[in-house]
Amino acid sequence: MAALPETLTAGRITAMGEGHLRALVRNAVPFLVLGALWEIAAHLGLFPETLFPPIETIAAALYRLTVSGILPVHIAETLLRLAAGFALAAVVGVTLGILMGRSRRVEDLALPLVSIGAPIPGIAYAPLFMLWFDLGNKSAILVVAFVSAFPIVFNTWTGVKAVKEIWVRSAQVMGADDRRLFQHVILPGALPYILTGLRLGLAQAWRILVVVELFAAVPNGLGLLIFGARQFLATDVMLAGIAVIGIIGLALEKLVFQRLEQATVIRWGMITS
Amino acid sequence: MSAERIHTVLRGTISILVVAALYETIARSGMFPRALMPTLGKVGSTLIDLLADGTMLRHAFYTLYRMLAGFALAVAIGLPLGILMGRYRAVENFFLPLTSALMPIPSLAWVPVFILWFGLGNMVTILIVLYAATFPMVLSAWSGMRAVNRLWLRAAGAMGADENAMFWKVILPGASPFIITGLRQAFLRAWIAVVGAEMIAASDWGLGWVIYESREYLKVDVMLASVAVIGVIGFAFERLVFGSLERATVQRWGMVRAAKG
Repeated sequence: MAALPETLTAGRITAMGEGHLRALVRNAVPFLVLGALWEIAAHLGLFPETLFPPIETIAAALYRLTVSGILPVHIAETLLRLAAGFALAAVVGVTLGILMGRSRRVEDLALPLVSIGAPIPGIAYAPLFMLWFDLGNKSAILVVAFVSAFPIVFNTWTGVKAVKEIWVRSAQVMGADDRRLFQHVILPGALPYILTGLRLGLAQAWRILVVVELFAAVPNGLGLLIFGARQFLATDVMLAGIAVIGIIGLALEKLVFQRLEQATVIRWGMITS
Repeated sequence: MSAERIHTVLRGTISILVVAALYETIARSGMFPRALMPTLGKVGSTLIDLLADGTMLRHAFYTLYRMLAGFALAVAIGLPLGILMGRYRAVENFFLPLTSALMPIPSLAWVPVFILWFGLGNMVTILIVLYAATFPMVLSAWSGMRAVNRLWLRAAGAMGADENAMFWKVILPGASPFIITGLRQAFLRAWIAVVGAEMIAASDWGLGWVIYESREYLKVDVMLASVAVIGVIGFAFERLVFGSLERATVQRWGMVRAAKG
């Protein structure tokens, strides 16, 4: 259940010692090759141009959507939905995970439910949520929250359990009360796991949000943009939307979580970058 | 069985029963229309009916077929590619940036494009599964190759292992814990992708399709029964297939400790 590979990739790319420029060029080459192949295929006319537009058409669509203000609205709504659902999941998930890790009783009560719910893909029950909570933002946010809650609970629970017993005992011997024990020992000790859980939860939610937006029939959103464009065979708009989705996914991973890790667990020397 | 263990089982049973009773109470109270929230008995009998007349098995068969086809392709492409990336710098330099850029795009975002390119049907779903499962496979195989203990390589080299023996007897077993983790992650993503893609792109059969189709007719009992089947199959793969794979290989070789619980 580890999110290791993605982290490793990032470490590898930034750790190149021979100057940014060379690394940049080297990373650009595969994209240039792929882009050139795409251009050749598009201009040869192997496929109808509406279905397989050249890159300049996709870029033009991206530009057009951005300046007209349509794309920013879609992006903002999708991100708000993600943030609302994820915040809910983070608060509930971390709290429940910590309680499960600290109290045997809560663990016994909650673990069977979490174990039953976790293996069911969120996308499977998304249509049910639409029926129970009506179409629209509320059900989309609830699905996001539900989907991201499972990995958060699971990893937080594991993390609290993995805090070294000796740290807890030494803190107690040195006279830490419950609040300080929690704040200075258990929370920092479990943080690498909690961050992994948050990262996995957000990634899972992000992966199904586009489809959930379609099911929930919300008025705006990136999922709606690409699925709506299908009706008009606007492949350029769809591909532009997918590119934006990819960039946001990458940014969430690289900017948000790597920064957060740098500022906490890596700085404390609990994991190596 | 120790007293503590009995307590654990007891509390677990209680919490499942309480949630079930809660659901049943809400379902019977008429707060929601009966069609939207069928009682557990209704869901159970629907599940049995669907299993008995073979419909559910047929849905499950189609879903498994699409998932396994895409998953097998993903392993066939991702595993060798990851291994080559681990062994040759040039391959790594070319494919690593592409993998890092394409992996964050949710596979389900490609569904509308793939439908336009390949038409509705099995092909789209299989390709979506392929997209979802390939990248975790590539990255895990690649990190596994890099994580092989240098000491083992030198030891094997000193004992006169040639390239071939080195790869099959040292590098591949050494990378296998990562490869198995990769298979697991690839499966998890494939399972989500197949259900999501079926909802949008499949016609007539498939667990994802039946959930989406039942929504139109408010057949919530069928939806819940299908969700249960999806959960059971996913759980069975995770525990039985990958669990026994792990026990037969890396655990037997003593490379990872058995996970607790």
